[in-house]
Amino acid sequence: MSIPHKVGTVKSKQAPNVNTQPKAPVAKGVKAAGKKRDEEEATDTAEGEEWMQGKTLVKPPDQLDLTEKELNEEITRVLTANNPNAPQNVVRYSFKEGCYKPIIFVDQMAIHFELEGNLVHKESDEGQRLMAKQAEREDGAGDEKLDNLAKAGKKARKLTNQFNFNERASQTLNNPPRDISCQTEPPPRANFSATANQWEIYDFYVEELKRREKSKEKQEGQFLNKEEDKSKKKMIQAETQSDDISQLAHAAKIIERMVNQNIFDEVAQDFMYFEDAADEFRGEKGTLLPLWKFLYDKAKGLSVTALCWNPKYNDLFAVGLGSYEFTQEERGMLLFYTLKNSSYPEFSFNTASGVMCVDIHEQMSYLVAVGLHDGCVAVYNLKKKSDQPIYNSTASSGKHRGAVMQVKWQKDDLDSNHNFISVSADGRVVSWTLVKHELVFTDIIKLPAMDKVPDDLKDVIATAGTSLDFHKQKDYHFLVATEAGKIHKGSKYYSSKFLETYDAHFMTVSRVRWNPFHPNVFISCGWDWMVKIWDHTIESPIFTFELKTSVTDVAWAPYSSTVFAAVTTDGKVHVFDLSINKYEALCQQKVVSKKTRLLHIEFNPVHPIIIVGDDRGHVISLKLSPNLRKKPKEKKGQELPKGPEVEIAKMEQLLSSLR
Amino acid sequence: MAETVDGKKDEADYKRLHSFPLIRHTDMSEEMRVETMELCVTACEKFATNNESAAKMIKESMDKKFGNSWHVVIGEGFGFEITHEVKNLLYMFFGGSLAVCVWKCS
Repeated sequence: MSIPHKVGTVKSKQAPNVNTQPKAPVAKGVKAAGKKRDEEEATDTAEGEEWMQGKTLVKPPDQLDLTEKELNEEITRVLTANNPNAPQNVVRYSFKEGCYKPIIFVDQMAIHFELEGNLVHKESDEGQRLMAKQAEREDGAGDEKLDNLAKAGKKARKLTNQFNFNERASQTLNNPPRDISCQTEPPPRANFSATANQWEIYDFYVEELKRREKSKEKQEGQFLNKEEDKSKKKMIQAETQSDDISQLAHAAKIIERMVNQNIFDEVAQDFMYFEDAADEFRGEKGTLLPLWKFLYDKAKGLSVTALCWNPKYNDLFAVGLGSYEFTQEERGMLLFYTLKNSSYPEFSFNTASGVMCVDIHEQMSYLVAVGLHDGCVAVYNLKKKSDQPIYNSTASSGKHRGAVMQVKWQKDDLDSNHNFISVSADGRVVSWTLVKHELVFTDIIKLPAMDKVPDDLKDVIATAGTSLDFHKQKDYHFLVATEAGKIHKGSKYYSSKFLETYDAHFMTVSRVRWNPFHPNVFISCGWDWMVKIWDHTIESPIFTFELKTSVTDVAWAPYSSTVFAAVTTDGKVHVFDLSINKYEALCQQKVVSKKTRLLHIEFNPVHPIIIVGDDRGHVISLKLSPNLRKKPKEKKGQELPKGPEVEIAKMEQLLSSLR
Repeated sequence: MAETVDGKKDEADYKRLHSFPLIRHTDMSEEMRVETMELCVTACEKFATNNESAAKMIKESMDKKFGNSWHVVIGEGFGFEITHEVKNLLYMFFGGSLAVCVWKCS
C-alpha cells in the first residue's frame, strides 16, 4: 500500500484517531494536521466543534492496518540537506599515488532555478553609458531634449555626500628624460719598482745617518744650503727616531757628576763654606787651601800653557796644553773643565801643535780662540760636537811665522763680525776677523826691533811678543810685552808707532796686565825675578817686588784693585795686597811638589778661588783665605761703598802716597 | 774572539741605530705621508711577528681614510714592479730589516 506523502510533513501519522492520544511527538504532527483540517474545515464551526468533540474517524481505504503497538511505535526520520541525486561514489585518478581514489566530498548543491537579472547600478560605467545612450535616443524629442539633458546632467552630477570620500588625482608635467654620459679622466698612474733586501735597507740607513750628522753640523754653523734644506725636509719625517744613546749619555753625565760630588764632597764643602778661622790669629797673612786637582791622563807630557775662565759659566775654565820646549813633540790639547767634575774634562780638543794661548769671548762664551805653537790661530765653537775648529788660519796667508803667544777677543766690529787680536813670536800684532767661512787678518802693528840687532837685520830678526792686554775702559789702548824686556803701549788706531815704551825687565816679560779698576795702573812680571807695578803715565815702576825665582805669571784679583797674585818656577804662589802691606806678600805658599814649575794663574771672576797650571799638565784650584780677600772696613753708620770707585780710590790713595 | 764580539756589538748597534722609520721613496703630500707613516709604524709594532695582520690593518685603515683599493706589502726581501696612482705611494724601511710598500691603484 502506498503511503500518501505530503510535502513538508515532518511526521507521518499512523492513526487518524491520534487526537485522542496526546503523545508529544505525535502531537506536533497532529497539530499540523489539525491546523490543516482547521483550514480546510474552518468554515464550518459546527464541524470544528464536532472535530474537537471527537467523532468517528473515516478511514481511507488504502491505509495500512496496524496494531496498536505498531501504531505507537516511534519511527525516527532524519532530514538532511544531501542532494539525493548527487553521486556518492565518485572516484578520481590520483597521479601522485598512481591509483584511483574515491572523492569523499561531493558537491551537494542542486540548482533548481536560475535567473540572471538585468539590473545595472546607475553609477557604474555601464550604467552611465546606457543613460547616455538613452539621452541620445530621446534627443529627437526636441523640447524634451533640454529637459532630458538637464535631467541627464543632473543625473550625471555626483551627489555631494559628506560620507562619500573622493579621490582626486592629477599628473604634473613630467620633463622629458634625457640621457647624458661623461667619461672622466682616470687618475694618473705611474709605475714604480724597487727591491727590498736586507743589504739595501742597511745601506740606506747608514747613508741616512751620515746625512743627518752632516746636516746637524751645518745647522749649528748657521749656513743655509739649498741641498741641506732638501735633506732637512727628508729628515723631518724620519725625526721621530728615538735617541736612546743620547738620552743615556745625558743620564750618565748626571750620574758622573753625582759620583764626583760624592767623592770630592769634602772639597766641595770647603769650596763653598770653609773660611779659615785661623786667619784671625795670623795677623795679615793668609793661606791658600788646595781644592780640586784637575788632571787628564791623555795630557801627560804637556804643560799648561794657558788658562781662561768662562765669563758666563763661572765654574767652567779652559786649559791650553802644549809645550814651551821646542824640541818636544808637537801636539797640543784644549781642555775644558768644570769645578763640578774634576776627574774628566767636559770638552777636549786635540790640536796639531801645542796650544800657547786661549781666550773665551765675553758675550758668546762658546767661541774660543786659541793660538798655536806653529803660528796658527783657530776658533772653536763649543756648541758643536765636532773636534775641529770652525775657523783655522792654516790655509790663509797671514799666518804667524812664530808661536802665537797671546790672543784676545775684541768687541764686534762695525759689521758685527767677531774679531780677535793676536801677538806672536814673529813680532806682529794681527787682528783677525771672522768673516763667514774664513779668518781675515789685518796687521795692526809690528813690534820694533831690539836695540842690539844691527840695522840691516832689523827686518829679519823679529822681536817676539810675549803678552798682550787691552785696557778695560779705553779698549783701543793696549800693552804688548816683548822677549826683550820692553813693554810697549800702543793704540789700535795708530799703527806705525807705539805711544810709549817702558824698559820693564832685563829678561823676557812673561806677563803684562792692566788693573781691572784703576785706569792707569798695570802690572808686569818677568823672568828676571821681578814683579813691577806701573802707572802708564810714569816711566818708572811704582812698585817693585822681587821674588826668589823667575815669575811666570801674574794676575790681578777681580774683587780688589790692590790684590794680585804671582806664580814662580819654584812652585810657589805669592799673593799680595797693597792696601795692607806694600812690601811683602801676604801669602807665599808652595802648592806643587818639587821640580814642578807653575806656569799660569787665573782668578775666578766670582768665587774666591784661583787656578794654577803647572808644567806637568795639572791644574790645581786653591781657595783664598779671608785675609787675602779683605775689603775696606766700613765705618759704622756708613753704607757699604760700591766696588769700582772704592777700588780706584784705594789705588789712588796708594799712588799718591808714593809720589 | 774580540772580532766576533765586536761584530755582534756592531750588529746590535746598527739594529738599534737603524730602527727608526725611514722613508725610502714617496710622492705623497706632507700630511698624508706623515699619517701613513705613523700608521705603518703602529701596525708593524703591534703585529711584530705577523706581517699579514700588519698589512691587513694598514690596508683597511688606508681604504677607510683615503679611498678604495690600497695595496700593502711588508717583508724583508722582495722585489716589485707596481703601477700606482700618482701621489699615492709610500715605500719605507722600519726596524732595521722590514720594508713596507703601500700604494693605491683601483
